[in-house]
Amino acid sequence: MIHKYKQNGYNIVLDIHSGAVHVVDDVFYDLLDEVQPPFTADCPQTVLDKLESKYNKKDILDAYSEVLNLFEKGQLFSVDDYEKFSNMMVASPLKAMCLHIAHDCNLRCKYCFASTGDYAEGKRSIMSAETGKKAIDYLIKYSYGRHNLEVDFFGGEPLMNFDAVKEIVLYARSLEKEHNKNFRFTITTNGVLLDDAKMEFINREMSNIVLSIDGRKEVNDRLRVRVDGSGSYDSILPKFKKMVDMRGHDQYYVRGTFTKYNKDFAEDVLHLNSLGFDQISVEPVVSDPSVPYALTEEDLPEVFAEYDRLAQIMIERRKSGTGFNFFHFMIDLDQGPCAIKRLRGCGCGNEYCAITPDGDVYPCHQFVGHEDWKMGNVYDQSLDAKMKDRFASATVYGKEDCKNCWAKFYCSGGCNANSMQYCGDILKPFKLSCELEKKRIECAIMIKAALAE
Amino acid sequence: MKHVKTLNKANLKESAVKGGCGECQASCQSACKTSCTVANQKCEHTK
Repeated sequence: MIHKYKQNGYNIVLDIHSGAVHVVDDVFYDLLDEVQPPFTADCPQTVLDKLESKYNKKDILDAYSEVLNLFEKGQLFSVDDYEKFSNMMVASPLKAMCLHIAHDCNLRCKYCFASTGDYAEGKRSIMSAETGKKAIDYLIKYSYGRHNLEVDFFGGEPLMNFDAVKEIVLYARSLEKEHNKNFRFTITTNGVLLDDAKMEFINREMSNIVLSIDGRKEVNDRLRVRVDGSGSYDSILPKFKKMVDMRGHDQYYVRGTFTKYNKDFAEDVLHLNSLGFDQISVEPVVSDPSVPYALTEEDLPEVFAEYDRLAQIMIERRKSGTGFNFFHFMIDLDQGPCAIKRLRGCGCGNEYCAITPDGDVYPCHQFVGHEDWKMGNVYDQSLDAKMKDRFASATVYGKEDCKNCWAKFYCSGGCNANSMQYCGDILKPFKLSCELEKKRIECAIMIKAALAE
Repeated sequence: MKHVKTLNKANLKESAVKGGCGECQASCQSACKTSCTVANQKCEHTK
């Protein structure tokens, strides 16, 4: 399978099953509409007849021989032989955990998928250090031989329960040697409660931090509001700046959400960059399509144009030595994840799980609050093996809409929680997310093409 | 080649045979908690 597209003056061809990425000229690009395996040694006359009105014969014949050459090297029209690996995908050890350290929040962000912190459970609660320690025990137990274990402190707002965070981190560290584990901690925070002592602890112990801010003040303060309705921008920004300075501008993201209200979100990315941040993620809101700020299919042309604009600006910035990272345009064409990882993506419900303040286990943070998807508890160390198997086998080849999609090895089947929530089935990808993801992949690869010149 | 410039040397098929150690980061542990993106993750062995 191949996927070809034109963007920003580049003709780009992706060979899906080898992962090869080619930048081609017009004759090669148009030739690919006319030919496919099995190939004959000479270019068919019918193909020449069709293209000779536009290109000279020698160029067509040269391009044809280059198609053959790439085909023989397995870099064009390479065969899809991954299904055999897909059928071997059994449950893996657990290795990553999202700890819902607080089902409470000191902001009332209007788009929050966690229903402003309580995950629609109707009660606000915090995780005890004891439950957190049980979760660490649970992770060690079910990680079997895995060495690298990841724990993300999430909420709600994790800084509302920071004493427990500290206690859990120290507990996990105390077990590393005995169990031959390496814990990598991360935290996602709105920043309201950040102070010097917390920053110092976080910077010492956390391998990555995610700092939530949406961009321009008016954009941030429209949706990221306090309980009294006032905006959060002015109070969090100085803290985020200080925190990133203290980290040496390493291993962090400022992360925002864009909605129907700011389809010019590239301005928010640029605003964050102008404040001195160079690791930026601004992501489309995940919401019920009926809410007023939801992104819907009718918004796609504008959102796509904005991704194009942002990509163009990023190329210019990179070339002028003032580049920055945009999470969704990051791609490493040579050293990305292996094909096995790409077959089933995020690993939710299999390698990754979320733990509620009560110690209940869910496939991921976005499944929390959907009681049917509860898959265990850290106190009795239960884990629903059947449900785990179900997620383990949810590969791109188990999803009808994915297996013949060109983007399958880039997105890896998308977000199972989105699929469940908006399509009623973890195996049915949510189309809107698919369209956005495909556009971002195209932009990311085009940026590579532009910077390779 | 005159008509084609190939940007990468990666071969996913080779990675399928050698891969799957499971030690790399889960994608939702990076910046995205809402929009699954996998191709931008790193292989643990190439860090």
